[in-house]
Amino acid sequence: MGAIEVEKITKRFDGFTAVDAVSFVVESGEVFGLLGPNGAGKSTLIRMLTTLIPPSAGNARVSGFDIVHSAQEVRRSIGVIPQAMTSDLDLSLAENLIIFAKLYGVPRETRARRVKELLEAVELEQWTDKPVKFLSGGMRRRLEIARGLIHEPQVFFLDEPTTGLDPVSRVSVWEMLMKLKKERNLTILLTTHYMDEADKLCDRIAIVDHGKLVALDSPLKLKASIPGANILEVSFSPVPEGWLDTLKSLPDVARVTAVDHVFRVSSNNGPRTTVALVEAARGAGISLVSLSVQSTTLDDVFMHYTGRQLRDELQESAVYDPSFMYKK
Amino acid sequence: MDRMWALVERDLRRFRRSPTLIFVSMVFPLVQLLVLGYAFGGKLKDLKVGVVDQDRGVQAVKLREMFNAVHANARTFQTIDYHDERAAVDDLRNGRLDAVLDIPPNFSRDVLEKTAPRVALIEDNTDNFIEATLQGVFAPLLGAYNQPATTAARVPTAPTLAVVELYPYVPYIQYLLAGSTVLAIFVSAMIGGGIIYIDDKARGLHEGYLVTPITKFGLIFGFNLAGTIKAVIAGLVLAIFGSLIARIPDPFSPARLAKIALVDLATSLALISMMFLFMVRVNDPLVPRATFGVLNTLLFFPSGAVYPASAFPKWMRAISIADPFTYGVHAFKELMLKNTSLSAVAGDLTFLFLFAALMMAAATALFRRTL
Ligand SMILES: Nc1ncnc2c1ncn2[C@@H]1O[C@H](COP(=O)(O)OP(=O)(O)OP(=O)(O)O)[C@@H](O)[C@H]1O
Ligand SMILES: [Mg+2]
Repeated sequence: MGAIEVEKITKRFDGFTAVDAVSFVVESGEVFGLLGPNGAGKSTLIRMLTTLIPPSAGNARVSGFDIVHSAQEVRRSIGVIPQAMTSDLDLSLAENLIIFAKLYGVPRETRARRVKELLEAVELEQWTDKPVKFLSGGMRRRLEIARGLIHEPQVFFLDEPTTGLDPVSRVSVWEMLMKLKKERNLTILLTTHYMDEADKLCDRIAIVDHGKLVALDSPLKLKASIPGANILEVSFSPVPEGWLDTLKSLPDVARVTAVDHVFRVSSNNGPRTTVALVEAARGAGISLVSLSVQSTTLDDVFMHYTGRQLRDELQESAVYDPSFMYKK
Repeated sequence: MDRMWALVERDLRRFRRSPTLIFVSMVFPLVQLLVLGYAFGGKLKDLKVGVVDQDRGVQAVKLREMFNAVHANARTFQTIDYHDERAAVDDLRNGRLDAVLDIPPNFSRDVLEKTAPRVALIEDNTDNFIEATLQGVFAPLLGAYNQPATTAARVPTAPTLAVVELYPYVPYIQYLLAGSTVLAIFVSAMIGGGIIYIDDKARGLHEGYLVTPITKFGLIFGFNLAGTIKAVIAGLVLAIFGSLIARIPDPFSPARLAKIALVDLATSLALISMMFLFMVRVNDPLVPRATFGVLNTLLFFPSGAVYPASAFPKWMRAISIADPFTYGVHAFKELMLKNTSLSAVAGDLTFLFLFAALMMAAATALFRRTL
């Protein structure tokens, strides 16, 4: 039995389909990522799985409980960090956690100990009695992670845990999550629109676009699944006549383009092409000025499956940001 | 049970942390009590009445002596003598006088001959309050003047009205105190049950509660209980400070305080549950802010808090009958002004508790335990 089993789950809002017949299974102990641009339906999907909104069709089980018919059992077994920061700013960190411990029915004897342990785990113990409003965004996220774990859930849902955080805070949230996951054998489902986050944190990734699941696999396999797994950027001195054609004939090369004196070689097998390229250059008696091999990113994967770049999508949805408009 | 109390605890802790909120919910009604209390219902003093004595007879002099006596004692008005009626009326028009009393040339003769002597009171009737006060002073004065010196000679068949005042004189600020107390409860309900409730919802705080295993009833009771506790505190504080400010006699007798606390509880429950029903399907933080003023006016003024409901037009009396304010105000008035027994306010309490039950039932039916 998977920790989360989703079967053709669908959500419609007044005729608009936000989540469209999505199915997947998350195994126990797995970190599963939903990757998609703004409006893809990530939050809607997570809200259905956490019993916040009823699905229009299809069904799902979390920890073996049906999300509609056994909603209370589902709630007892999961921890949830909503997309918005929802801690009580006027209350202290400990108070916030205690109140949620009570809401989750954590027995009186264990409450104080759990609060202490969790605040230590997210490295906020020196802030225990300070009001939450003194915390930075990253610290607040870490507090909410602690809050979501107060009742020791088996399955943990996080909706965009690092959106809006600076790079340092993001890394610290990632580290926190990996540490907690290892210590507690959590099953984690998180949503994100950062490719690096999905790549670094997740065992498997589901790419969602316009409410549909378009691809699902481990980051490595996803990247391997698209043609042209590597890009070689290389420059030579001197460049003999017909060199472009020589490059094109190297093994596993899909395409070659030349910009000024730099060649971009798209290869289905980076290592093999690289070795052949170095040998060809030596044979022709020319030297390599520079060589870099880049692997495919999830952005390339996203582009392959949706025909669009994830970055563009994110910018499109930010057209109302004035600073973006001035640049035009 | 524990879960519901967690919501209450959170709310009360937050309430304690931000004293501004406590302040706002009490300062508004207190300021209103003070300003309205002294602005209205004070006794008018030193009104300027021009007296044109065209008679100059003995009877006219007697009359003017009576007026001077009023001036010396109650100081309701002071008299200024005029020789010319036109000059006096001109000054009245220009606002230098509040009224002109015209004693016609044949006043003394008419008195002696008993041929309906008349004195004319020329008033500035653009001000209802001054007009009513002056009529209220002069009518009995002239009545007293007409009375023969001994009461025994009164015609036995002419009925007279003997007024017996049951309670000590009630200054307007005391009359208003009941309304201000209910207002404090209302402001607390409006801020806690309206504005903050919807702000929390919009900020996603409720989303945080909805994913926990708290039941629908736990949520409803938690929100309402927390709101009621805050409203009861607001009402009690206002009743106590207001009683001191308005100089209610013997305000702290335990029996009276206990009865006031009960009415406070009933009124708070009624207003909080009403607010909860109004807000149960609202998501936009602007809504409670925009409705604050309208609701306040619609509930406060028709309740008889500032003016008796018997003076209202029909449509307003209809509001007043359905308005929980009316019953809270009535009950508080009974206890504050007359220190009556609980049975005098039993009707009010019944209405308030039934009203609260009805509102809660409707709100529960509409409440969704999802986003
Ligand atoms: N309550 C609702 N009523 C109507 N439409 C909704 C509602 N909630 C979400 N939607 C729509 O459903 C679509 C998916 O929204 P959702 O919030 O799930 O996206 P998301 O992937 O979480 O995006 P983001 O990265 O911005 O958080 C959007 O087009 C949104 O406008
Ligand atoms: Mg979202």
